[in-house]
Amino acid sequence: MALDTVAVAATTPENEQPWRELGLKEDEYQSIREILGRRPTSSELAMYSVMWSEHCSYKSSKIHLKQFGEKAVKSDALLVGIGENAGVVDIGQGYAVTFKIESHNHPSFVEPYQGAATGVGGIVRDILTMGARPIAVMDPLRFGPADAPDTKRVLPGIVAGVGGYGNCLGLPNIGGEVVFDETYAGNPLVNALCVGVMKHSDIKLATAHGTGNLVVLFGAKTGGDGIGGVSVLASETFASGKAAKRPAVQVGDPFAEKVLIECSLEIFAEDLVVGIQDLGGAGLSCATSELASGGSGGMDIQLEKVPLRDPSLSPEEILMSESQERMCAIVEPAKLARFMKICKKWDVTATVIGEVTAGDRLHITWNGELIVDVPPRTVAHDGPVYNRPMARPAYLDSLSPVSLPAIESAEEIKAAVLKLVAAPNIADKSWVTDQYDRYVRGDTVLSQPEDSGMIRIDDHTHLGVAISTDANARWSYLDPYEGVKLALLESCRNIAVSGAKPLAITNCLNFGSPEDPGVMWQFAETVRGLADIALELGLPVTGGNVSFYNQTGSVAILPTPVIGVLGVIQDVRTRTKMGFTKAGLELFQVGNTDDNFSGSEWAYLHGAMGDTAPRADVDHATRLVNFLLEGQPLFDSAHDLSNGGLAASLTESTLKNNVGATIELPAQFIPGGVSAALFSETPGRVLIAVEPENSGKFQALAESHGLQLHAIGKTGGTDLVINDATIALDELRAAHTQTFHKLFG
Amino acid sequence: MRIGVVTFPGSLDDSSALRAITLAGGEAVPLFHASDDLKEVQAVVLPGGFSYGDYLRCGAISRFAPIMSSIIVAAEHGFPVLGICNGFQILTESHLLPGALIRNQDLHFICTDQPVTVENVNTPWTNGYAKGQRIVIPIKNGEGSFQASAETLAELEGEGRIVLRYADKNPNGSQNNIAGISNARGNVVGVMPHPEQAIEDLTGPSEDGLTFFTSILQSLVAR
Repeated sequence: MALDTVAVAATTPENEQPWRELGLKEDEYQSIREILGRRPTSSELAMYSVMWSEHCSYKSSKIHLKQFGEKAVKSDALLVGIGENAGVVDIGQGYAVTFKIESHNHPSFVEPYQGAATGVGGIVRDILTMGARPIAVMDPLRFGPADAPDTKRVLPGIVAGVGGYGNCLGLPNIGGEVVFDETYAGNPLVNALCVGVMKHSDIKLATAHGTGNLVVLFGAKTGGDGIGGVSVLASETFASGKAAKRPAVQVGDPFAEKVLIECSLEIFAEDLVVGIQDLGGAGLSCATSELASGGSGGMDIQLEKVPLRDPSLSPEEILMSESQERMCAIVEPAKLARFMKICKKWDVTATVIGEVTAGDRLHITWNGELIVDVPPRTVAHDGPVYNRPMARPAYLDSLSPVSLPAIESAEEIKAAVLKLVAAPNIADKSWVTDQYDRYVRGDTVLSQPEDSGMIRIDDHTHLGVAISTDANARWSYLDPYEGVKLALLESCRNIAVSGAKPLAITNCLNFGSPEDPGVMWQFAETVRGLADIALELGLPVTGGNVSFYNQTGSVAILPTPVIGVLGVIQDVRTRTKMGFTKAGLELFQVGNTDDNFSGSEWAYLHGAMGDTAPRADVDHATRLVNFLLEGQPLFDSAHDLSNGGLAASLTESTLKNNVGATIELPAQFIPGGVSAALFSETPGRVLIAVEPENSGKFQALAESHGLQLHAIGKTGGTDLVINDATIALDELRAAHTQTFHKLFG
Repeated sequence: MRIGVVTFPGSLDDSSALRAITLAGGEAVPLFHASDDLKEVQAVVLPGGFSYGDYLRCGAISRFAPIMSSIIVAAEHGFPVLGICNGFQILTESHLLPGALIRNQDLHFICTDQPVTVENVNTPWTNGYAKGQRIVIPIKNGEGSFQASAETLAELEGEGRIVLRYADKNPNGSQNNIAGISNARGNVVGVMPHPEQAIEDLTGPSEDGLTFFTSILQSLVAR
């Protein structure tokens, strides 16, 4: 098993290389040969293949994502934008907040626990890498049908993985989603969001400046997990007799990450690093090439110095390994001793593996022999870019309107409400969320099932942030341009309902195969919609993540752009909760209801999709957000109306504190009668409870914002009464809370 | 009144315990596992978390930390120690408290607002409560099921050393619904629920937990 050095490569141009097995296209392989003026060494081939993968290079999405730059609003709040590990926004009082969502979909299908766990670990390191202390996580999850056998395999493992890792890190899990749909069978979506906080002066970037500065690898030792494609290379290129292929899914150790967080924050506090990068996807290949190309360009790495868990690893495998809980820092020689001392305090392994050079090449040697000699930018940033064919999918021309049975009698209303609130997509998710620590750190002001998660940032000034993640994949299926806009407006509403002002956007775009022109069209329309509405609202998109190939055979998942919005609240003590607090409050629905069930849960429960997504009304949404922020002192409780419509929100608001309500839905209330009033998911609506003495002011304020108000009833009692239908809260609770226990034990 | 909170590698609720002490009016003193210096604190809290990642057994590695040797000696002479969650596990591993904490009955991590009854108000950590008082504080653990031999249980019950008992529903299969116990002298108390996460209405299910921290300050003043 000879070492494939640069010198060997230069003299053996004809050697066959397993570029195809590593996922490269022929023209991609040829362009690597052109860049280098020779064939790549096996180590170089390994680096290019992972860095030019869809996951790392965004080669199919880049051409669309640039709209986020072109249409970007000028925002003073944006301190660091797209391109770094995570965007950073100014929230005032000298604080900066960074937040981002990433997907870990495919690993979580293969190995649910570790896939989900390392998804959390990866996003937390991205946030840490910016110089921030991670303060909370959220996890939007999507699965196949709740009663499908594979869902019973995947869901408990994923939930345990998210909890197992996040709980051990000491990060409160403050929200997320659990959604079921047939298209996610075989393609579960595990998206993980992390938010972190720092002072402005503490922002760190992934750059390697300063000739002679040292490259320090710290954290866990490198093992053979998560190598994926490169094991092909190992078996194709080298003699057999090596250890069997190791798992392609990384294995997480949250304790190692917890210690790494504390160690890194202490290092940052003493300003001991020039630049820093975490090791996630593509491991050292990514960290070294990104650090070098983000800096002056030259770097020498002595790969044999990397501490190994498995001494039999080849250089190619070391470059590719996605072993978790590792970071790479650029440190001035004068600060190295102090850096090492802090690592020792936390029992974190740290090793100098190279230095920044004056040149413009990334050189990697293995026991003195040159095995990589590349311009780092060609690895990290100059990957291929595809303008893939797009076509409006044919299914859009064969959609049919929803026709549902009318609901009128008391028995029908009661049966319908109980059916809806027990449906897996609407049912209480405590089975999931009670496996997550929502209290740790002691700053959680709101967590699920509230409309947004809210975290106190400052004990003395009471400054806080709120975060919500939302997606309505069915609306995106019906109209991807409108669908993503509606998701963003819902997120903004969820933030504002809690009393925080929307400030910035992140996203995780989950789609099928980009090689399917229909999927590519959905993606392009989604990006266009998101860029347009961000501009209209004046909110910056601070970063994002794209996950393609969520597809089984020819069936792609519903287009699922998960949108995260960050909001800021000056005084967390003024936040509004969703639960009714006492009897005698007046209940209002803000906003009108339309007779459109397309994409709603109620239609889904009747096996229907419908034909037309609602339009995103930005003007109305903006007035609503302003009203919510201004009117907050007048609200006793407030709850967004979204999935499951008014019926779902009434259920959640009554059950929260066991305070009933009596609701009158007048026949003329809306077109579509009681069914639409209860189950339509018309966007732009909120359920608000108000003390009678505030009612006048409240109504005047709504009018001044040009919003429609509907008085729909009063709180009180131990039942939810809707017209003539009386549902005891105990019965409602049983229906709402037993679903997950019945399904998952 | 100086109250220490020990940070082990993997401690998570140390910052919350420090905050609780401050809020109760004490001087909160961070202590680090690797030193045996108790920095002249008058009582100490072993906080929740996953020290050493729960490797081997919860608390099994932390009990050998240098700080623990000082704490064990002091505790045997009446020094007040409160172990919360992982801290309770460290105390049983250190044999300052009897019994053991094993995996929850349903094998899940459980985070919930738990009603508990305060049964022993003669410890320095609980003397501010009324006997039999029902309080709500969060539990959040994967291994919180208290187990002990019949002999030990009889001793704990007979000597009134059950400090907290789960009310309404036993969440994890703990014997006799035990949520917290003390040593014979009463100065060492271990509880699975997290009083430090119930000190403000803003962030906790109640403010019921704060009394643990005002109690210890009262006891120290009374000394």
